[in-house]
Amino acid sequence: MKIKLFKQEIEGSSIRQIERSSGEVLKNCYQCGNCSGGCPVSYEMDLPPSQAIRFLQLGKVEEVKKANSMWLCVGCQQCFSRCPKSVSAANLFEALRQMSLRQGKDHKEIRDLPVSFLEKAPQQAIVCGFRKLVS
Amino acid sequence: MKIPYYPGCTLNTVAKGFDVSARESARALGFEMEELGQWNCCGASFPLSPDNLMGLTAPAKVLASAARMGDAVTTLCSVCYNVLKRTNKALRDDGEKRSVVTGFIEEEYDGSTEVIHFLEVLRDRVGFDRVRESVKRPLGGIRAAAYYGCMLLRPAGEVGIDRHEGPTIMEDLLSVLGCEPVDFPNKIECCGAHLAMTRTDVVERLSGNVLESAVDRGAEVVVTSCPLCQYNLEKSQAKVAERRAGYRHVPVVYFTQLLGIALGQSDEMAGLAENRWDVRPLLEEKGV
Repeated sequence: MKIKLFKQEIEGSSIRQIERSSGEVLKNCYQCGNCSGGCPVSYEMDLPPSQAIRFLQLGKVEEVKKANSMWLCVGCQQCFSRCPKSVSAANLFEALRQMSLRQGKDHKEIRDLPVSFLEKAPQQAIVCGFRKLVS
Repeated sequence: MKIPYYPGCTLNTVAKGFDVSARESARALGFEMEELGQWNCCGASFPLSPDNLMGLTAPAKVLASAARMGDAVTTLCSVCYNVLKRTNKALRDDGEKRSVVTGFIEEEYDGSTEVIHFLEVLRDRVGFDRVRESVKRPLGGIRAAAYYGCMLLRPAGEVGIDRHEGPTIMEDLLSVLGCEPVDFPNKIECCGAHLAMTRTDVVERLSGNVLESAVDRGAEVVVTSCPLCQYNLEKSQAKVAERRAGYRHVPVVYFTQLLGIALGQSDEMAGLAENRWDVRPLLEEKGV
């Protein structure tokens, strides 16, 4: 697979925004894969955590934004727990979610939620879900 | 001893049994959980972006309310605990952030309140020995799997109520109640959390793995401290039974429900009828 790298992308404003909004330093990751191994939802992600971080290190923000990874991340911080450099992929995914949500793009429409869920689920599920998926 | 108590939205409604069994247990152990005079939902999700100050306002208001009552606040729900504790640290560490947030919510708060989970209260302020002495109905060696999930343990340095790999605090409590704790590999894995809203298939797999892992090691009941874990596990159990021949359904209860029963509470007080899979037949079978 050929991939073109651009200095402007690697050091560009999107990357700086992601780092600022997450509090994480992308260069800290040396790709050991512990995060992807510990992540409970990595099996379903287009780009598991370590791979998503690699794309970000190479400045490829759009590919990560298009992937389902950030919407699957549950924020359990197993990635952070296992990382030898204390990088939190969860925090990075949150920054990416925020970038989308702050533009007013809902990931889930409230009207699409099943009534049975709204009636039976513990409120915390609804509040937490809204915080992470609804702008 | 009195300790300020923050129930959180879910314990006031869907998980009332968790709340009542805890309060009654406290009474039986000689202390009182004093509900905060004024409280609101904690937000159920600690804002992982350091620049998201809005997400800190709700939990900050809870902390300010707690500070008016005492120097500590306890809670039962794992998520509330995680949110309050992390918010507390964020406000403590950054004076400017604290200033902006408290200014916005128009409250005074200096970061001096301690946030402690109920399990920590039992271990550190009451002592498990005192709990053991107060047990009236030992739980007959029920094989209980303590399911921690994520929010009680991670990030370890900030919130961990015990070691983040291989915690034992819940098992230690279950032992003094007369249970036989069952260790299992998925006890610190996430149940799927808020994906219950969008990806029930993922929840079924994650929670299903937790249940399977516990039952494979002989668990007769799964014990939790989070209403969302409890909901996800109960909801996923039918799917596990579909794909695993011979799988045995197990009740999923809150740790305070078992604590309450052991301390002599009635089934009604412990809210046992609320759970989808009834734990009462198991209690009867074990002669509790």
